Amino acid sequence: MKSYSIRILKDRLLKTMVIILSVLTCVPLVLIIGKVLLKGYRQINLSFFTETTPSTLDAMLAVNNNQLIPGGIANGITGTMMMVLIATVIAVPIGLLCGVYLSENRKTRFAGIIRFLTEILQGTPSIITGIIAYIWVVVPMRSYSAIAGSVSLAIMLLPLIIRSTEETLNLLPESLKEASLSLGSSYTMMVLKVLIPSAFGGILTGILLAISRVIGETAPLMLTALGASAIQWDPAKPTSAVSLLIWEFYNDPNLSNMIWSASLFLLILVLVLNLTAKKIAKKWKI
Amino acid sequence: MEDIILKFHNVCVSYTEGKNAVNDVSADVRRGLITSIMGPSGCGKSTLLRAVNRMHELYPDIKITGSIELDGKDILKMNPIMVRRMAGMVFQRPNPFPTMSIYENILAGYTLNGIRLSRAEKDEIVESCLFNVGLWDEVKDSLTKRGSFLSGGQQQRLCIARALALKPDVLLMDEPTSALDPIATAKIEDLLVQLKKDVTIVIVTHNMGQAARISDYSMFMYLGELVEYDKTQKMFTNPKDKRTEAYLTGRFG
Repeated sequence: MKSYSIRILKDRLLKTMVIILSVLTCVPLVLIIGKVLLKGYRQINLSFFTETTPSTLDAMLAVNNNQLIPGGIANGITGTMMMVLIATVIAVPIGLLCGVYLSENRKTRFAGIIRFLTEILQGTPSIITGIIAYIWVVVPMRSYSAIAGSVSLAIMLLPLIIRSTEETLNLLPESLKEASLSLGSSYTMMVLKVLIPSAFGGILTGILLAISRVIGETAPLMLTALGASAIQWDPAKPTSAVSLLIWEFYNDPNLSNMIWSASLFLLILVLVLNLTAKKIAKKWKI
Repeated sequence: MEDIILKFHNVCVSYTEGKNAVNDVSADVRRGLITSIMGPSGCGKSTLLRAVNRMHELYPDIKITGSIELDGKDILKMNPIMVRRMAGMVFQRPNPFPTMSIYENILAGYTLNGIRLSRAEKDEIVESCLFNVGLWDEVKDSLTKRGSFLSGGQQQRLCIARALALKPDVLLMDEPTSALDPIATAKIEDLLVQLKKDVTIVIVTHNMGQAARISDYSMFMYLGELVEYDKTQKMFTNPKDKRTEAYLTGRFG
């Protein structure tokens, strides 16, 4: 009977440990969000979204007079949106087809090599994708540009999209394939009309989560998009991004208050992307 | 001379080299009748059936030798897409396309083959196919709903309708009622008997009662071999082979 009560005690001990440790992991997250919210919310108003970054002088005057810093991060928001959009357009078709290939040819040697390479690409430090995009795009174009930034982001998106597409397709039952082939479907039609539509929810979720992972990337953009103080719609010109602005604000003591507001904006963006992804995953579940 | 639609000639199928799951099967299937393939689990009955519409090509390790003639043409030499359109298939578990409505499911064979139809043609095919499987009255008001919202038995009838929409010569059925309850099973059995005027049916079943109820001819397979093939009535009342008799009387299987 004695050993029995010791076993119960051990069980309780382990359960308590698990709960304490789980709570501990939440602490940094709560602290980050709390800090960003408290310090960031004051700067957020309409002009934060519609105006471009203020000059150091304007910001200094405002801070000295105890006023809010004028201006906003519109140049960063438009830049981020443009680059993410171009990167998605580049990465989605390639990633989708690659994922289909990997899922359809699970055991072949070539698929094994590709899968291994995507894993390496996924682990590649983002600054390196920036250097690659610099060599591929910035050097031949002789200018920093949004296109170069998009290429570096696309390189980062690719492995994420490939893996999520592959995994979603792997979950589809074999009976779906049999059903379409038994109706005399060609391979192409089966992939386009049955497999991809059936996996659509999972694929879209994967794409959104991938975007939320790269939307805050800074290092590769420093080497490619460079930054701009005005809204830039020409993808061949240097462009700003929200993450780049945070870096700029950090380097300018007069603008340091803006760090928190820009961070808050990025955090909310990522949160919205994640929530949307979850909703989609739920709604499109087969 | 009876009208033969499907001719198996020395068919062998192997999953692993040197070990035949179907061993040297030769048989002629008659047009316009229901032929059942019976046998205990693992006897190769599904394997033989799936060889007919070349489903085995999904799995590259499977090897097939011998010849299977459908309407006088060797299917192993034909384009698999053509073979599969001539020989429709219904599987063990109902598998309507989850992203498509009932309407689209029926027309899936046409969509997947890139055949364009006018709205009127589509409506007519959907109505007649659903009517043929006795589903029209049950689903005519919910054609735009997803196929997966139907009950298991309805889904299976939808799958039969989907296979029939392409007007195949042969309908291959791989234990189509094993996932269904007795009432749904009875409905499908009635349906098959009605359908045989339009299409030849080859049905794999491990349910002897089902084979006895609906089929005109029966094959009994054991360990990959075709042990006996005869008129169903004759086989059930007077089996020639000891193994058939043992199976039918429930001594193994």
